[in-house]
Amino acid sequence: MKRSRSKIKGTDWFTVILYLLLVTFGWMNILAANIEPNAPVSFDFSTEYTKQLIWIGISFLTIGVIYLIDSKFYAAFAGMFYIITTVMLIMVIFVGVEINAAKAWFEIAGMRFQPIELAKVSTSLMIAHTLSRTQFSFTKLQNILIAFAIIIIPLLITILQNDLGSGLVLLAIVITFFREGLSPFFIIAGIIAIIIFILTMIIPNHLIILALTAAFIIALLFYKQIKSALISLLIIAISYSLVTQVFYNDATEMSNNIGVITGIAAASLFIAARVFLKRQSHLIIYIIMLWGSIGFTYTADYIFEEMLGAYQQNRIMVMIGLKDDPHGAGYNVNQSKIAIGSGGVQGKGFMEGTQTKFDFVPEQTTDFIFCTVGEEWGFIGTSAVIIAFITLLLRLIYLSERQYSSFSRIYGYSVVSILFFHIIVNIGMTIGLAPVIGIPLPFFSYGGSALWGFTILLFIFLKLDTNRAELLR
Amino acid sequence: MGSNNRTILIVIAIILVGLIFIGKLFMLQVVDPSYKFSAESNTQRKLTEFAARGLIYDRNKNLVVANQATYDIMIVPREVTPFDSTKFCNLLGIDKKHLDRLFANVEYNIQRRRISTFQPSLFFKQLSAEKHTILQEHLYKFPGFFTRRRTVRKYEYPNAAHILGYVTEVNDAMIERDSYYRAGDYAGISGIENTYEKELRGEKGARYILVDVHGREKGSLRGGRMDSAAIAGKDLTISIDIDLQAYGEKIMQNKTGAIVALEPSSGEILSMVSSPTYDPSLLIGRNRSENFPVLAHDTLSPLLNRATMSSYPPGSTFKVLMALMALEEDVLDPSQRYSCIGAYYAPGVRVSCRPHYNPVNLVSSIANSCNSHFCEIFRNVIDNPKYASPSEGLSKWREYLLSYGLGERPGSDLFNETSGFLPNSYYYDRIYNNVWGSLTVLSLGIGQGEVLTTPLQMANVAATIANRGYYYTPRIIKDIEGVTIPDKFNIRHYSNVDSAHYEPVIEGMEQSILGDFGSTARIAQIPGISVCGKTGTSQNPHGENHSVFIAFAPKEDPEIAIAVFVENAGSGSSVAAPIASLIIEQYLNSEIHYTRRWVEERMLNLNINEKIAESENRVEQE
Ligand SMILES: [Zn+2]
Repeated sequence: MKRSRSKIKGTDWFTVILYLLLVTFGWMNILAANIEPNAPVSFDFSTEYTKQLIWIGISFLTIGVIYLIDSKFYAAFAGMFYIITTVMLIMVIFVGVEINAAKAWFEIAGMRFQPIELAKVSTSLMIAHTLSRTQFSFTKLQNILIAFAIIIIPLLITILQNDLGSGLVLLAIVITFFREGLSPFFIIAGIIAIIIFILTMIIPNHLIILALTAAFIIALLFYKQIKSALISLLIIAISYSLVTQVFYNDATEMSNNIGVITGIAAASLFIAARVFLKRQSHLIIYIIMLWGSIGFTYTADYIFEEMLGAYQQNRIMVMIGLKDDPHGAGYNVNQSKIAIGSGGVQGKGFMEGTQTKFDFVPEQTTDFIFCTVGEEWGFIGTSAVIIAFITLLLRLIYLSERQYSSFSRIYGYSVVSILFFHIIVNIGMTIGLAPVIGIPLPFFSYGGSALWGFTILLFIFLKLDTNRAELLR
Repeated sequence: MGSNNRTILIVIAIILVGLIFIGKLFMLQVVDPSYKFSAESNTQRKLTEFAARGLIYDRNKNLVVANQATYDIMIVPREVTPFDSTKFCNLLGIDKKHLDRLFANVEYNIQRRRISTFQPSLFFKQLSAEKHTILQEHLYKFPGFFTRRRTVRKYEYPNAAHILGYVTEVNDAMIERDSYYRAGDYAGISGIENTYEKELRGEKGARYILVDVHGREKGSLRGGRMDSAAIAGKDLTISIDIDLQAYGEKIMQNKTGAIVALEPSSGEILSMVSSPTYDPSLLIGRNRSENFPVLAHDTLSPLLNRATMSSYPPGSTFKVLMALMALEEDVLDPSQRYSCIGAYYAPGVRVSCRPHYNPVNLVSSIANSCNSHFCEIFRNVIDNPKYASPSEGLSKWREYLLSYGLGERPGSDLFNETSGFLPNSYYYDRIYNNVWGSLTVLSLGIGQGEVLTTPLQMANVAATIANRGYYYTPRIIKDIEGVTIPDKFNIRHYSNVDSAHYEPVIEGMEQSILGDFGSTARIAQIPGISVCGKTGTSQNPHGENHSVFIAFAPKEDPEIAIAVFVENAGSGSSVAAPIASLIIEQYLNSEIHYTRRWVEERMLNLNINEKIAESENRVEQE
């Protein structure tokens, strides 16, 4: 008894309670999405909510097992785990069952299990193991390549499984790399290029450029250039107003673009002058990046609007789930928005949703479970869930930062990265802010192996946290 | 860059994402109302309950137009799985090519986003009840398909096509005009189906149900409290005597022209034949797409309602109107005798006449249709010293004719009407460069020249004379279930001629049938019935003259007034008069007297269309 108490001693109960709240609320929504009007709740084994309940039980048991194992074990056997899950990922291509054209599932006794869920854990452990070695440094190209190879290998296998969506999650670990010293230019350039290309298709160019400028201002703030940042903002705002309101006297696409560009040009001149006077040459790189992005925005927009035909444009929009197309491929997103929007402020009440109940929203308990939250619990429910997730992520960052051992810290950041990616993409797609990539909402979505995987991912970290004062590697 | 700063950046990024999501959700759930409306239509499907169209009865309560059930085959494209297409074709009674076309159409519509793969849409229209019964047993083999009951028209008689008109699916323009209609609804497009569409269509009902995305019913909304039953259309009784109509169509076989018979005391149309005609059943549902083009391209234009849409010179039937206005204008003394010398001579003009006893008075010049006398009468009207110029005389002339409903649309409840044509002085000023007189337009006096009338207008003239001076706007409607017919049909329209002046004219019309040698329409004599009529021969620059006859009977208390126009049939006495007399006799006596069977026989066997075709061939060969 004393022994088992020592095992859980130091556990962060705040996180555990958040986890329990999310799992419970998630299950309630799976239940609500499955109950038809006037039909009794039946705990038949075939129903999703019963199956999910069993997986919740399995997850709780697994938490016990995780706590029984010594923290040093996770560091020591990280490489072994990584190899085992990689082999499983390959195996599933040959012996797995096919669901939605993806061969990514093992089926054992009617329970389906996706090895990528475990691969997320093992890859995080492997990254923690690799990056925490004393000789590892993100200044060495070879080390950078090794770090990326660890996340790219499972990713490539998921492509073979035709389940790239699940694999992409691993790319989120780049956030951890950033925390551990990977040059931000490296990451930002790649991310910005992708985001800009997608954004050019959905929002007006001048808004993209304003967003880029906002990033630039934040960068200035980062360098404690508060005065420069504020003056730049002022210059942009005044120039923009002058151009759109005085010169053009209206806000058309044309005047907006010219207004924004004029503002940024004026601000750039101001910064350049400061660079020259105060010899802050590193700022010039940001200006170049900003103008590079602006150029890329217009280029991408030109390519999309002018060089691609309407049909190809449509294909791309639909493929990444951005096309608002009520009955075509954009159907899912539109239905999902309808379901969430119909919830209003307070929601229709538990089990009172109609949109999610009658199969209007596809994959309503797996990828689109957030719709049920939106419909039945309204804005109060959705914002509460988002706040809960954000709180969890921030809590995990806090926990990571308090680790003595860099292994634990890096693993903690990997957990944050993976959860963050899932939350962005899953909730983002249900409200039309992210492309439709079929990945689950952590702790919420129906699908036992996902819940199980996320539980393992989280609780290994909580276990490591109980040994936060020790050196693990 | 220190680790601490990077941590802060990551924290900021996470909080930013959270704020963006909450902001977006605020827009979706709190600010933007559009998604709430979408959600309503998504789960609460409104199922239209189609109303049965009103039935149509004839004046003797014979059911003329009824309804029959057909079945539309609906498709939910997403649920369709591979199936036995040969079997399916057999059940539908179509070939493989047709089926492929139907599927191509569905795919096209899906691509065009006109239909949803999730929602039911129309696949195949109007399967007959018999085929539906068999299909129903096999339908389970074809997931994604189901049937929906509709009603289409059923015609109990192959007659009265032009009167009834037809019903077909509404087009976009109609949907735009009337918000009642939705795509796929049926509406009357022509004839009485169109005129009384609002009464006939009834009111669609609606059933609100909760459905899932597959269209599966999940119970009714709020226990069915919002549902409304369809209200069947109102039954109509039309003034047509369907047996008389059938008789008229039979007699007009192989002839081109029109018959309009009215009840003078009400303006009710007893029969309106336009020949050639067609069986209205040809334009029901699936048949329509096949048969309509055939009818539309027929050189004899069977779709044209000649009774209201064709205008012809009235020929000598016009003389009765000339006589009436001359009497009213006091330029004609009915007892005055006039000597016809076989033609009317004036400087530069000669209008020939036909042989008849001489001299004539008004009665005998109507009975004998003396051209000379009516040229004189016309000139007296136009050159009346009361008026300063022939222009004014012509205006007066026109005014009289307008009071008989000529030169303007009769305003009946028939679907399409044309106004005919009455020339005015401006018209002649333009043609004759302001230099014209009564002699220039002399042919007007005998119903030739520029005057154009429709058979319906001339039937109305006959009715006005029968009534001794007034008419009711002709109408086809007799009774609408629970609704009073429009007031405009109860107003007497008086002609500008005093009723006292009608007697000598009616006398002349009677004599044209009963009179001795020289009378024009002796063939129209019916034992026991005093018929009053006037023949006309309408000159036709394109070929043989049109045969025209107007009449009413009996002379006292008239029950029927009639106009008959037969194209290219020659003189009025040869074809139009015997046909009119047969219609009158059939209507009043319900049978043809044995002494007149030969007339009936001859008219039934007369094939003018063939004669014309032959003569045209001959001309071509020459
Ligand atoms: Zn004469």
